[in-house]
Amino acid sequence: MSAILSYVERDSVIHKMTGTTKLFFFLFWSIAAMITYDTRVLVGMFLLGCVFFKISKLKWSEISFALIFMFTLMAINIIGIYVFAPEQGVEIYGTRHVLTELFWKYSITTEQLFYMFNFLMKYMAVIPVALLFIMTTNPSEFAASMNKIGISYRVGYAVAIALRYIPDVQRDYREISQAQQARGISLGKEEKTLDRIKNSAAILFPLVLSSIQRIETISNAMELRGFGKHKKRTWIMERPMVKRDYIGITLGAVVMIISITMMFVNGGRYFNPFI
Amino acid sequence: MKEPMIVFENFGYKYRSQAEPTVTDINLTIRKGERVIIVGPSGCGKSTLAHCLNGLNPFSYPGEIMGSLKICGHETKEMGIFGLSKYVGTVLQDTDGQFIGMTVLEDIAFAMENDLVEHEELKKRTLAEAKKVHLLEKIDAAPHALSGGQKQRVSLAGVLVNRVPILLFDEPLANLDPASGKEAMELIDEIQKETDTTVVIIEHRLEDALHMGADRIVLMQEGKIVCDATPSQLFATDMLEKAGIREPLYITALKYAGVELTADMPLQRIQELTLSDKQKEKVREWFYQEQWTLPKAEEKQLLSVENISFGYVEKTYNLYDVNFQVFEGEMTSIVGKNGAGKSTLAKLLCGFEKQNKGIIRLRGKDITEDNIKERAKTIGYVMQNPNQMISKPMIFEEVALSLEVAHVPKEEIQERVYKALKICGLYEFRNWPISALSYGQKKRVTIASILVQNPKVLILDEPTAGQDFRHYTEIMEFLKELNRQGITVLMITHDMHLMLEYTNRCLVFSDGHLISDTTPVELFTDKDLLEKANLKETSLFELANMCGLPPKEYIDKFIVYDRNLRSGKEEA
Repeated sequence: MSAILSYVERDSVIHKMTGTTKLFFFLFWSIAAMITYDTRVLVGMFLLGCVFFKISKLKWSEISFALIFMFTLMAINIIGIYVFAPEQGVEIYGTRHVLTELFWKYSITTEQLFYMFNFLMKYMAVIPVALLFIMTTNPSEFAASMNKIGISYRVGYAVAIALRYIPDVQRDYREISQAQQARGISLGKEEKTLDRIKNSAAILFPLVLSSIQRIETISNAMELRGFGKHKKRTWIMERPMVKRDYIGITLGAVVMIISITMMFVNGGRYFNPFI
Repeated sequence: MKEPMIVFENFGYKYRSQAEPTVTDINLTIRKGERVIIVGPSGCGKSTLAHCLNGLNPFSYPGEIMGSLKICGHETKEMGIFGLSKYVGTVLQDTDGQFIGMTVLEDIAFAMENDLVEHEELKKRTLAEAKKVHLLEKIDAAPHALSGGQKQRVSLAGVLVNRVPILLFDEPLANLDPASGKEAMELIDEIQKETDTTVVIIEHRLEDALHMGADRIVLMQEGKIVCDATPSQLFATDMLEKAGIREPLYITALKYAGVELTADMPLQRIQELTLSDKQKEKVREWFYQEQWTLPKAEEKQLLSVENISFGYVEKTYNLYDVNFQVFEGEMTSIVGKNGAGKSTLAKLLCGFEKQNKGIIRLRGKDITEDNIKERAKTIGYVMQNPNQMISKPMIFEEVALSLEVAHVPKEEIQERVYKALKICGLYEFRNWPISALSYGQKKRVTIASILVQNPKVLILDEPTAGQDFRHYTEIMEFLKELNRQGITVLMITHDMHLMLEYTNRCLVFSDGHLISDTTPVELFTDKDLLEKANLKETSLFELANMCGLPPKEYIDKFIVYDRNLRSGKEEA
């Protein structure tokens, strides 16, 4: 029954940090992971991310579904890289150690494997922190924190409300799909692919309509209570930054600086063990 | 006379997308501190009028204003939605949909945040408001986790923070059970007295809305005001009945008894009502007239629920050891407060969820292992909101859907769909798009789409929620007709009228237990049980006491008389 990827209330240091802190930390962290292909930095970030996850007291079961989803995407991505650019690693690292020849232009090289491993690690470095950001930030603080870094509060609110409606839409989905299953419309494996696509439309159609209804109600409710009246607004959930917040932001900044520094040390984005 | 707060003068409103104005010739003045209830059948324009008051018309739903509407002396078309929000606070009908904040605290603070109230004061005022609506201990709870009545209080507090002189309620009772509805009206009463706010309520559950008392009732029909009078003046006429609005039950009962009602009688609440000895005698005379009895259903067991226990999460049960039987041809209501386990029971019966313990039998055969699809052949489930079930644009396609996916031959599909459409009175519409139908008709489409599978039992979740009296009658008479044709009907509901008027048996749930399996009459004369089910006493009970009649027998008589009258009307 637990909702996928939404805020989970726990008593941890990470939960206590302000949304702004976590947003800054997440931005720094993402930039760091985006810049570098340095295996050491990425593995370090991944391990550190896992430690943060431990500290946050979130449970494995709460993210397993999201992880499976992301791993699937990653797998598709990695396969895609190999299919379209099987020699990318060779190009980058400048050497070619062939492990096995396959067919046509495809062969497995140490360089390609290493490149793909690094690529994977970029995801792995970001995923724990991204999950943490989403699952430990109270959605109402989301908007406030986005507003803090200069994004319009309207955009912030749109995001926060979208996140808040995830569990509702999930519940709608479950109810609609159960009622439709009772009419013999199933998405199970026993159906042909074409039928499954057709059947999913029978569930999505009412789901989209009910979501549009929700949006209309909430936007009316917001407008009637003065949302968008002024350029700025205040936030009751706003909390002052304390020591742990400054430590958090600094840590994020340090990781980013290390990542940038390594770029100069390596003379590029890649760490090359082959030379 | 107090100062006028709302003044409609030759007012009309035409939506941009419509050819004709939705409301016209509105002349209405509402003064400071007045309580006005606006009633009217669906589509009479009462919501349009409400939207004109709070500025959603024309600022969110564009259209053209004719004549003039002044609020606190300002012409509304020059004000804008934000300007109006300083004067008019709106509590919307959809208690779930209107929450913006994640917690009660945030939701109450929302309007002040938009008004740039600084942090210290923000906190102080929010807490003060929460205290006013008795929600201080729930301040960190998610609004969605609250009971219906509590939700209503959060919405109210969120509007009160603006210190508005006018409070507008758009069908505040539509989603509340009777006990929570009563509580909500008492709170509105309390706040109105304290602040001398002007209160405008749009509602068709008139008897419940009148619990707080009203200075005036405005009756609307086809976009016009047809009556603007005190409750007593209105009840002395037959205008409500003609407009298709349900009168309070005690008023109907008095009219049945032939008691002449006049505008100078205190008719607006049963508590204030005093009857002369002669009038009481008339009620007694009516009671002792010849008795009718209801035909009894045949006792042929259809469904048997044995020792069912179920929990969504391990170790916490939503249903404990539930036992009951359903007999063929029954029409039964399943009642209890939100979270009592009613919907869970329906899901178990349909096989959406599987019980942890116990057996469900259909005509003696254990169907516990049957999946959703197999159960659907005998047990049909109709969701509360038809929009959540409809997935095709055309009526025929929608009703045929389940047969098409089952690859039933074309000719048979047509035959079965036509039959279902005929039963549901939709045959003439078979080639229409569903979007052209009213809410009640859509509901019938969803029922037809289930009937096409030939179920023996229909389970309906709140079949009449939010419907006006005409649609209520239309849906319920239709279900009664289905029932007469041999389909067993189970309804999850907290509509007291539905229980009294259409069902012979009530299964009462409380905290996952089936606490009573009884008749509606027994239920409505058992105070303790009513409280557990979040229902309230009917005014018939008090009327019976007032006239020195045995309440149980009196209510029984009323029900039988009322049902006979209805079916008589139908046949004629």
